[in-house]
Amino acid sequence: MTTTVATAATPRKRQSSDRVAAENRLGLKLVAPAVIVMLVVTAWPMVQALYLSLYRYRLTTPDDRSFVGLRNYGTILTDSLFWRDTLNTVIIMLVSVAVELVIGFAFAMVMHRVIFARGIIRTSILIPYGIITVVSAFAWQFAFSVNNGFVNSWFAWLPGIQTGADATNWFGHHWPAMFAIIVSEVWKTTPFMSLLLLAGLSQVSEDMLEAAQVDGATWWQRLRKVILPNMRAAIMVAVLFRALDAFRIFDNIYVMTRGAQNTESSSFLTYRQVIEQFQLGLGSALSVLLFLTVLLLAFGIVKLFRVDLARARGEA
Amino acid sequence: MARSTRRTLLGTWAGFVVILVWCLLPVAWILSLSFKSPEETGAGSPHFLPQTWTLQNYRDILSNDDFLYALRNSFAIAIIATVLSVIFATLAAYAIARLEFRGKRLVLSLALAIAMFPVVSLISPLFDMWRHFHLFNTWPGLIIPYMTFTLPLAIWTLSAFFREIPWEMEQAAQVDGATPWQAFRKVIVPLAAPGVFTAAILTFFFAWNEFALAISLTSTTSARTVPAQMSFFVGSDPFNPPYGQLATASVIVTVPIVIIVLLFQRKIVAGLTSGAVKG
Repeated sequence: MTTTVATAATPRKRQSSDRVAAENRLGLKLVAPAVIVMLVVTAWPMVQALYLSLYRYRLTTPDDRSFVGLRNYGTILTDSLFWRDTLNTVIIMLVSVAVELVIGFAFAMVMHRVIFARGIIRTSILIPYGIITVVSAFAWQFAFSVNNGFVNSWFAWLPGIQTGADATNWFGHHWPAMFAIIVSEVWKTTPFMSLLLLAGLSQVSEDMLEAAQVDGATWWQRLRKVILPNMRAAIMVAVLFRALDAFRIFDNIYVMTRGAQNTESSSFLTYRQVIEQFQLGLGSALSVLLFLTVLLLAFGIVKLFRVDLARARGEA
Repeated sequence: MARSTRRTLLGTWAGFVVILVWCLLPVAWILSLSFKSPEETGAGSPHFLPQTWTLQNYRDILSNDDFLYALRNSFAIAIIATVLSVIFATLAAYAIARLEFRGKRLVLSLALAIAMFPVVSLISPLFDMWRHFHLFNTWPGLIIPYMTFTLPLAIWTLSAFFREIPWEMEQAAQVDGATPWQAFRKVIVPLAAPGVFTAAILTFFFAWNEFALAISLTSTTSARTVPAQMSFFVGSDPFNPPYGQLATASVIVTVPIVIIVLLFQRKIVAGLTSGAVKG
């Protein structure tokens, strides 16, 4: 482009560079509204949060606002509650993404094979995807409820689950409550995972699979050596999106436990400091930390999968 | 060989049933709860189906003004946010799919970054800013962030769709004597409409579902949406929530989702996967 401008001797060339410039201008004009909206509603508040995080600022005592530098960050990073909540969030993220990846892959395999009633299966898988997270949380909270749920009575034959007078109180202890939260998260988001994996699966060439079968590869070998390597891009996209989404978990916890039994997540802690405690300064510092964590996580996952990809190529 | 195909078929059938049960059981559970009487849930009922079926919960919830206001807010906010988001995204996606301009990659990266943005970290600054701008507890106070957070998904879905459109057809129509406006309206609009529609559905789902901002940036029923309102449905006894009422409210907010899914399932799947796999 620049070389054309530099040697703009012939009229034809000048005309084409004019067209390039006009196209450039039109392109910028068309993306401008979306870009401006995205920047104004996210970048500007984040700068505002960064600024507020340097103050001691509580809405109940607004006159007491004073500059404290990085002290809010110090308070948070030395508080065991912050680390406990971060650990909870990481556990929820790792477990739900791992479980979803397995269930979602199984679902994708079934949907890929099914030749009958495709509409029915598509509809039923899209209902959890479309359903409101709050509704999913209520449905599972009631399912696990001590006196009104069906989980206790249906699964009483499993060790550790009881009905009747000393029925299992799922929301009375840390791990059972975490389990219930993870179940509702997994139920709601597995469809998204399985649809992305299905798209990846349908791009694996049938010829290659048949060739592997003719060569005597077992089902497991075909899965490991042909299907999974060819789906790596789809798996990466699905894991990246779901992991970041699971890390932001908030709705389920709010509805199911409100953070009781040490089930609070990073998002819930941030919400609680701002909206319930009116700690705008401390809450803003938590917001900034949450943002940085998600950024780091995204970067980490992308890096991790690239490493994996390179290693897989080396193997092959 | 024949035996293994029969086994695969059997496995597929079993998988089919498992998927159906897994996806629909909680929905059936909520539906069943919505027909249980307050007496039954109050006394504790471990049965899956109601002992006696009643419509009392539906009568109660449909005469509950707070719920009806919330329903109105939800519809209005989700629809307005969807329309605005799709308009902005269509302009941007057209440019990304058809034009060469500097900063294209930057726009796509920005969209990607915002798709990953933790919404909760905006609660604190927006709570502060919205009070100054008098946007706290108003429709625009929710429409603006919803529109923003759905833009990335809409831009991706639409640019993936627009890349597939045979744009030469517009010129072909003009050669055949159509005016530019006719060529656009009769050729391009029908080709682009399914993509725009798909983006609109996905955007609507997001806005209909959003909860964290809805409870943080509203304080009364003048702007509170259904998910937020539902979390405030606490009966007299905090240890025994009004199961039937909550289940009924859940059923009612799920009805629009089920209708959209039944009508447009193909489009939704295409939209979800095109944006993610090709983008």
